[in-house]
Amino acid sequence: MILVLNNKIDRSSFELLSKARKLADKASMKLAFLLMSNSKKDVQQLARFGPDMIVLAVHEKFNRFSLDPFLSTAKKIFAKYSPSIVLAPATTFGRTLMPALAASFRTGLTADCTELDVDEKGNLLQTRPAIGGNVMATIVTPTHRPQMATVRPGVFEIVEHRKDDVQFIEERIEDLSDRCQLISVEPKQAGARLEDAKIIVSVGKGLRKKENVEVAFKLASLVKGAVGASRAVVDARWLSHDHQVGLSGKTVKPRIYIAAGISGAVQHLAGMQTSEIIVAINKDRYAPIFKVADIGIVADAYWVLSELVQRLGRENDESGG
Amino acid sequence: MNFLVLVKQVPDTEKVKIDPISGTMVREGLDVTMNPLDSHALELAVSLKEKLNGSVTVLSMGPMNTIDVLRDAIALGADRAILLSDSALAGSDTWATSLALAKAIEKLNIAFDLMICGEKSTDGETGQVGIELATLLDLPVVSYVSELIDLTENFVVVKRSVEDAHEVWKAPLPACLCVLKSVAEPRLPTLAGKKTAMDAKIEIYDTESIGINREEVGLKGSPTRVVKVFNTKIARNCRIYADKDILEGIERVVGLIKAVRDGEVG
Ligand SMILES: Cc1cc2nc3c(=O)[nH]c(=O)nc-3n(C[C@H](O)[C@H](O)[C@H](O)COP(=O)(O)OP(=O)(O)OC[C@H]3O[C@@H](n4cnc5c(N)ncnc54)[C@H](O)[C@@H]3O)c2cc1C
Ligand SMILES: Cc1cc2nc3c(=O)[nH]c(=O)nc-3n(C[C@H](O)[C@H](O)[C@H](O)COP(=O)(O)OP(=O)(O)OC[C@H]3O[C@@H](n4cnc5c(N)ncnc54)[C@H](O)[C@@H]3O)c2cc1C
Repeated sequence: MILVLNNKIDRSSFELLSKARKLADKASMKLAFLLMSNSKKDVQQLARFGPDMIVLAVHEKFNRFSLDPFLSTAKKIFAKYSPSIVLAPATTFGRTLMPALAASFRTGLTADCTELDVDEKGNLLQTRPAIGGNVMATIVTPTHRPQMATVRPGVFEIVEHRKDDVQFIEERIEDLSDRCQLISVEPKQAGARLEDAKIIVSVGKGLRKKENVEVAFKLASLVKGAVGASRAVVDARWLSHDHQVGLSGKTVKPRIYIAAGISGAVQHLAGMQTSEIIVAINKDRYAPIFKVADIGIVADAYWVLSELVQRLGRENDESGG
Repeated sequence: MNFLVLVKQVPDTEKVKIDPISGTMVREGLDVTMNPLDSHALELAVSLKEKLNGSVTVLSMGPMNTIDVLRDAIALGADRAILLSDSALAGSDTWATSLALAKAIEKLNIAFDLMICGEKSTDGETGQVGIELATLLDLPVVSYVSELIDLTENFVVVKRSVEDAHEVWKAPLPACLCVLKSVAEPRLPTLAGKKTAMDAKIEIYDTESIGINREEVGLKGSPTRVVKVFNTKIARNCRIYADKDILEGIERVVGLIKAVRDGEVG
């Protein structure tokens, strides 16, 4: 059995299920989804992406993620279903729960996979970027079970796969203890989430100064998009780490990715090279970013973004009357 | 109050060169340095020790050149440095690494109230060792810690940064924290610190002295195997707009953006 774990129903759940369905078919395995949540969410929507079984574990302690209650519950589910493959999103949830589970079951865990395949014997081929994004490594877990991997959100396509015999199971969860205690929660400001944006305007050091970054926000708001950044920009504190795209930031796959004043270091490419259309703006005709771009504009990045704002803003005024 | 900081040696990635033909990192002749995130973890421990009294122990598993990194840790305020080094440990994955570290902590009876790890290393970048180790030691763990708010004899209060929120958690001691950069800004070593480090004793142990079975660590003891390493080169056919074509390029981008924004395509 392939078991997918999550604590919410979101894009990463759909992506993981879509990919896991293909793996399950290839290796003739069953596919189950385990949702650990504080309420009976609308689990029906998960059924659209191909699980054979949806297991729901509900407990008030699953309100916010804390290791103890999630770990003890997942351990019980493992013992009951003996999955041979376990996948979870490489979010703060998956990246905390999965190592603890792997240690508890004395098995291997591959971090942050961007590609997964399975052979006929059911061995999971786990591919992840390594050594600063310069290479990809394929990793297997030949003799230990379950085989475990966390998977980068935003990498796999969401594919509908309807089955009419999905099984719903509710596991009874009692007596959960937690050594840690939640004192307070302060939501982060919600802008357009980078991972969900159809259009991303990303800025690099080629914007020359912090004030110039404002034009990227203007453009992003005109096109209902989000603002991304290179690490150099985050290191210079022009933008917070939430904006960083790349190996040590987010992986994004928008319809259009605009890289303005970004050189195109491999670590940056690792987070955006599967975008559908890539537009690069750089003063240097030989900047590496042009190698992965579909459209390249050799000009000042700030000026080009300002032009785009003007042209798109004007259209808005006209159509708005 | 006693602190245990886990530090890993990594190649100095800021100075890394990429082999233009194979596309891989040239490791030869590279200096090793303390994993940058671990220097933030160390600074947090040292600054707390200075306030609350106690001691800071640093523990690392790695090749013998890790000694230099541990000396740096002493120069920065650590009191005791322990290195676990043995050819049998080479090729350990995160499970085998965590197992060896857990055994060393138990065998050497390293006492601590707070164990602090970095969020992840800059080379392996799995972010798994801190959590696997804490699980083996059965410690409560808080990951993605962005700030330490309070530390008393019995508990620690920290801020945790996750995708949608900042959370505040309270954990009983002893506990493990996996920390983000923002917990503390590393100091520079002082001349006096460097002198202390030069004469400091680095305790070195091999698998035998810790009572680790050579079969359960290293490549042999690792559940995961790297079976293939390859380059990532993808190239697209870029249409370049330069000089007199720039405005044409901008118009094309405007057209594409409108199509996607207004949902005409796909
Ligand atoms: C372990 C590791 C992890 C990393 N992770 C990431 C990551 O997640 N994300 C990431 O982005 N980076 C990451 N990096 C850093 C990465 O290697 C680069 O240093 C970084 O991406 C460079 O950012 P940049 O392109 O904005 O800056 P620079 O490299 O300084 O490039 C600026 C570019 O702007 C151009 N330019 C200059 N002036 C203008 C102008 N007026 N108009 C137009 N163009 C102009 C220049 O030609 C140049 O191409 C990582 C590095 C390491 C070692
Ligand atoms: C290309 C490649 C890919 C790899 N992929 C995987 C994988 O997917 N799964 C896997 O299990 N292993 C993997 N490994 C092996 C892994 O890099 C090693 O096990 C490594 O020793 C520890 O993992 P890390 O570098 O990811 O550390 P992380 O888990 O990222 O480090 C987190 C924290 O743990 C502490 N820490 C880590 N290592 C040590 C140490 N040696 N001594 C003291 N404290 C330490 C530090 O505080 C550090 O900040 C891979 C190795 C390579 C070369």
